[in-house]
Amino acid sequence: MSIQRRRFIAAIGAGTLASAAGCAQAGGNGDGTDGGSDGEDGGGADSGSANQPDVAGERLTLTTTTSTYDTGLLDAIHPDFEEMYGVTVDAVAQGTGAALETARNGDSDIVMVHARGLEDEFMHNGYGINRRDLMFNDFVIVGPTDDPAGIEGTESATEALGTIAEAGAPFVSRGDNSGTHTKELNLWEAAGTEPGGEWYQEIGGGMGEALNNANQQGAYTLSDRGTFISQRSEIDLTVLVEGPIEGGPEILSNPYGVMAVNPGVHENANYDLAMAYIGWITSPGAQEAIAEYRANGEQLFFPEAVSEDPNFQQYVPEGWSSGSTDE
Amino acid sequence: MPLEPLTELLLAVFDSPFREGYVPSIIYVSLYVSLTAVTLSTLFSVPVAVVLGFNDFFGKRFVKSVINTGMGFPSVVVGLVVLFAVSNQGPLGSLELVFTREAMIISQFVLATPPITAISLAAITGVDENVRGAAHVLGGTRLDVALVVLKEARYGIATAILAGFGRAISEVGSVLIVGGNITGSDGISKTRTLTTAIQLEARQGRYETAMVLGAILVVLVLAVNAVVVRFGDRGVQR
Repeated sequence: MSIQRRRFIAAIGAGTLASAAGCAQAGGNGDGTDGGSDGEDGGGADSGSANQPDVAGERLTLTTTTSTYDTGLLDAIHPDFEEMYGVTVDAVAQGTGAALETARNGDSDIVMVHARGLEDEFMHNGYGINRRDLMFNDFVIVGPTDDPAGIEGTESATEALGTIAEAGAPFVSRGDNSGTHTKELNLWEAAGTEPGGEWYQEIGGGMGEALNNANQQGAYTLSDRGTFISQRSEIDLTVLVEGPIEGGPEILSNPYGVMAVNPGVHENANYDLAMAYIGWITSPGAQEAIAEYRANGEQLFFPEAVSEDPNFQQYVPEGWSSGSTDE
Repeated sequence: MPLEPLTELLLAVFDSPFREGYVPSIIYVSLYVSLTAVTLSTLFSVPVAVVLGFNDFFGKRFVKSVINTGMGFPSVVVGLVVLFAVSNQGPLGSLELVFTREAMIISQFVLATPPITAISLAAITGVDENVRGAAHVLGGTRLDVALVVLKEARYGIATAILAGFGRAISEVGSVLIVGGNITGSDGISKTRTLTTAIQLEARQGRYETAMVLGAILVVLVLAVNAVVVRFGDRGVQR
């Protein structure tokens, strides 16, 4: 019987090996990424020339929002950085709130998010440093083409939301503490309306899920333009209130920021590589790549890091000055 | 025709919107993580089940009820607990396991262990008392008796392993939290499994591609089942 037992174990082992080997072949061209956590010794270390910089083979963990990842932007521009330094960027798409929380726990090296209020709090608490404005696009209010609440053509976003609330037309909220959700709550506040009731549904999901949900029940929702464009072909929703890119109200602007995790708080944060990343992504070359990125033939993100006249407020929490006491 | 859905599936895979190497790499990660976790879990659970099955001690019922409760543990909660453990602030923080396959293996190990232990235990205690008696009478040592019982219970144990594997490979909550669903910019998965890839597709409203990945997952589980059942049958013929 022990023979059979051994055979059984041997068979399981062989099966595991066979499947692993088969897949390793198929996925083998991914050099550095195949080694799991020890990816640090793969990839860049052996793919480049003989005199590699010391950072080669290191890994940068970037927590970011679903919109930068799901639109495909990061996958499109990261190879340039990875090649330049011989490193790997692990992009974890989580939504702004979760991305900042992961960084607070010291589990990421750099964050790229879009909710200035939350970013400021993050900096005030000492977790984030060297913030830069990165790029922007805008939010749009989308809804079914028959527009039951009649908000099309409304100039003001807050007015449009007020009309939706008055009509009790279904509205889908992200409800996930993401940048878009934060913006939506700010808009309701600015509109002087407390959203709630049958018509207001928090789905606790990503932007794509929210768009699908709204699509299926003919509801309104607030979306970032990038995700809406990349998903537009699959849904019947239409833009009813434009953001500032198409001449809409400034309140719907959607700026993205990037900042490094403070090595003074989390000493194992990969700070120098994070700064290299910030330097790279705010450089003219990478900014141009962001501007050139297209989904469904449309530009999704507009770079704003390169400027002759830098906005000093990008480096510090908004409204901060050395004389202020809002610490 | 049973072949039609299969050919459709194959067509969908080859004609897929995914980049080259993407699907094989997530299948590889799925199998690597789940098979490793289940193998480790089996090596841990079966001896535990044998010890529990052969000994009576105070508190045994309590241990059993803890194991049974573990079978119903939500994977998201396991993910959160493992995340707290491996996070930089946690007790295992210095190992830097966050967003790695090793962390995923830990959480799937935690998920797979209760069902494997509980079902193995049920199989072992279900073996006829006469079998143990006969082994003893024939002069078997405790180890011999245990091996005889294990042999008798092998179907149950195989079922236990399959149940554990099924739980591990199909769960999405914990691997998403501790693994981070990471794919390199070259489209090769690092910690993305089939389940988290399905979640990603669904998040973006691409339900068709999500279904294709779901079908691949079902085929995988079926294949593993077939392999295990086949070995079980071979054992009978001898």
